Amino acid sequence: MTLNFPFPAIVGQEEMKQALLIACVEPRVGGVLIFGDRGTAKSTAVRALAGLLPEIETYEHCPYNSAPGSDPIGGDARARGHQVRKPTPVVDLPLGVTEDRVVGALDIEKALRKGEKAFEPGLLARANRGFLYIDEVNLLEDHIVDLLLDVAATGENVVERDGLSVRHPAKFVLVGSGNPEEGELRPQLLDRFGLSVEVSTPRDIEDRIEVVRRRDAFERDPVAFCARWEEAVGELRARIAKAQTLVAKIETTDAVLRRASEICMALGADGLRGELTLIRAARAQAALEGCAAMSLEHLRAVAPAALRHRLRRDPLDEAGSSVRIERGLAEAFAA
Amino acid sequence: MSAPADTRGGWAQARLAAALLAVDPGLGGAMLKARAGPARDAWLEALRNLVNEAAPWRRIPAGVGDEALLGGVDLAGTLKAGRAVHRAGLLDDIRNGVGVLAMAERAGAGLAARLALALDAAPAPMIIALDESADPDDGAPGALTERLAFHLDLSGVALSDLSEAQAEHDREAVAMARVRLPYVENGDADRALTRTAAALGITSLRPPLLALRAARAAAALDGLDEIGEAQAALAARLVLAPRALHLPHQDQAEDDPAPGEPPDAPPQDQDAQHDNHEPDPDPDTVQTPDDLTEITTEAAKAAMPAGLLARLEAGAPPRGSGAGGRAGATRRSGQRGRPAGTRRGDPGEGRKLDVLATLRAAAPWGRMRRRGWDRLKSGPALEVRREDFRIKHFKQKAETLTIFVVDASGSLALNRLAEAKGAVELMLAESYVRRDQVALIAFRGSTAETLLPPTRSLTRAKKSLAALPGGGGTPLATAIDAAEALAHGAARQGRTVTLVFLTDGAANVTRAGTSGRDIAQAEAHDAARRLRAAGHGAIIVDVSRRGADTARSVAQAMAARYVRLPAGNPGALADLARKAAA
Repeated sequence: MTLNFPFPAIVGQEEMKQALLIACVEPRVGGVLIFGDRGTAKSTAVRALAGLLPEIETYEHCPYNSAPGSDPIGGDARARGHQVRKPTPVVDLPLGVTEDRVVGALDIEKALRKGEKAFEPGLLARANRGFLYIDEVNLLEDHIVDLLLDVAATGENVVERDGLSVRHPAKFVLVGSGNPEEGELRPQLLDRFGLSVEVSTPRDIEDRIEVVRRRDAFERDPVAFCARWEEAVGELRARIAKAQTLVAKIETTDAVLRRASEICMALGADGLRGELTLIRAARAQAALEGCAAMSLEHLRAVAPAALRHRLRRDPLDEAGSSVRIERGLAEAFAA
Repeated sequence: MSAPADTRGGWAQARLAAALLAVDPGLGGAMLKARAGPARDAWLEALRNLVNEAAPWRRIPAGVGDEALLGGVDLAGTLKAGRAVHRAGLLDDIRNGVGVLAMAERAGAGLAARLALALDAAPAPMIIALDESADPDDGAPGALTERLAFHLDLSGVALSDLSEAQAEHDREAVAMARVRLPYVENGDADRALTRTAAALGITSLRPPLLALRAARAAAALDGLDEIGEAQAALAARLVLAPRALHLPHQDQAEDDPAPGEPPDAPPQDQDAQHDNHEPDPDPDTVQTPDDLTEITTEAAKAAMPAGLLARLEAGAPPRGSGAGGRAGATRRSGQRGRPAGTRRGDPGEGRKLDVLATLRAAAPWGRMRRRGWDRLKSGPALEVRREDFRIKHFKQKAETLTIFVVDASGSLALNRLAEAKGAVELMLAESYVRRDQVALIAFRGSTAETLLPPTRSLTRAKKSLAALPGGGGTPLATAIDAAEALAHGAARQGRTVTLVFLTDGAANVTRAGTSGRDIAQAEAHDAARRLRAAGHGAIIVDVSRRGADTARSVAQAMAARYVRLPAGNPGALADLARKAAA
């Protein structure tokens, strides 16, 4: 198995790391969108997630990562083998991928050889209970992005094609990244991602040198490098596990709810989706900090990521959305 | 220490890059900018001689389909053999090997993404991207080139260079270097190369990382235990220089450079291909990291090709930042879009098998074909033969491209350049909503310049528009020619093109760049008629104060819609443009 770069060893990029951790703790927050230049540790961070999450219980040969005790999909319980632990899947979805490969399709081999109408699961099945990562999501064809967002929202993949009728669970967190200079994401798709963060390369030269040093050390000897970071990874893993149990117990007070509405109104963020995401993200943030209750501070901490992409867009406004949201938040919290 | 690296010429450097790749395949590979020819063949041959003999060497066509790339079920083979026959994909073949990507500039974003994914994994292949594009704005996709350490330009290599002596390094030297490589120390090179990259405006952190690897491979090749200044300088020259976004400033080694800042360093006139001598640094002086930074920065600067320098000084965007290469029109058919029927044909290369139709085609023959099987008391329920294969056919809505050709000449600059810019911005916003691509050409003085190759990025379009200066003559014919060339290319890729000219039509600079109102006008009409023959939709927006006959007559020659820019109301213009384009 290839080793991934340890998550805590990523220098800086705090907002991106925070958003990804929130998605780990509270998958219902919706996907995470990461926009920024090339070479800013986007892919590295997402692929490192696998090492932070607890292993999942599933069956050895189950292509859907079904949970133990679930009904076998396709009927044959023996075929999926016995129960095993697998790492949380982080599936890469490459550009130019066909719809067949994403949703799954008729198993041509079986159809032709045995005359059997069998379903060959696609990437959505493999990503079940994990993460689906799309680099350069802004270059992905629109109809595929639509499809992914639909499945991500419902948690179920429904296939009605080639005479097949299959539905299987596909609960995953969608993480998309891209470079805005190369084309933007349709506004309709933007706000369907839960969180959105902007990354840039570290400005400080010492930070940049540290990035190069760590990455180089990792590439030269991944085993030793990962061993050096094992303790930090373990701590973070424990923190996430604790937050995952804590998050369900955190209650949302009226004061927080009201403030969340006020923030959304003040910023002109459209729709209730923003509010809902804001609350969920803040709750996850509170859980990550080990707090028993949500505070306004938690709202403040996650508001930029939760609302940045929901601001009503003026395509010609020179100020970036990050600037606008900071301005709005400062006003909302001053009031 | 071996001979100082800096005295080697362009060809020797390219060969050295090949040797470094052979020492450390983790460098990802190289982008080779050269037309097919002896130089390219010789370089590939040199690399092939140096890499591990057992390493597979495969050619990747730019139009390669998923099946060929990733492997899968071999349909014809499966049917013939009566059991599942799997075909390994090209990417599986070249793990630990070399993939030569032909015509990399035509590789689509999808192929680039797959190759990038393979390069990020372990074991990673080595990719040699052959870029044959002539236009510096057309390049291999950025996601791929970003991951390839060396960007080599072989166009300046002469035949006499090729016959020059034997390679410095043979396979034995490479093998020894490979053994030594894990033990080479970085010294201060990590710091120096990172700083140099920052000074050159390279924001991504992959290039300094690759440069560091290259320096280490060079040190291993030179039999050293630690990267020395010669190796660091070499890495800066080979890896960082071709990616420079601006010239290094003296003080910029300290601070992160502000992006988009115009370079104010003095012009460089040296041509790196032939003349990249450097003062030989005294090896006895103790090197502090900052000294080393200076050396690597200087090395990178000296190695920048003259063309790049000129572009950087003009403030033009660097090449190779594009999202994807441009494949021909055929790429767009038969793969995606709305289903539009089924026809007979072999699947593969992006053509999808219509399973139901195939089975349906095979069904009537069932009994007849089974006769042969009955004697054997076995065989499939339904026998499918190659002639039964049916493939899906798709129809895709053509993408549209709107090319804005903006007159930035003096006659306009005085009057209404700002208004014209406003109008273009509004139309850009329109195009953005429709998901059209836009391109921007500006003309003034004696030239027409493509400020923005076709893109969907509003951010880039706005940036290049805002930076547009005004003043000078009106080379209208040149501008129309440039627009036609761009439109021609886009149309060949299956796009529908609309051209929007914002001008007063008062041409006064000829194609040759000399002034002369009469000749310039005649040439403009001539160019306009040629554009008309090409059959693209065109609009001429007359931006003169009172409406100019010159603009009107050019519009007639072009068979373009003639519209006057309504004074003080760019919104009305965007409206007009929308109607005209519809």
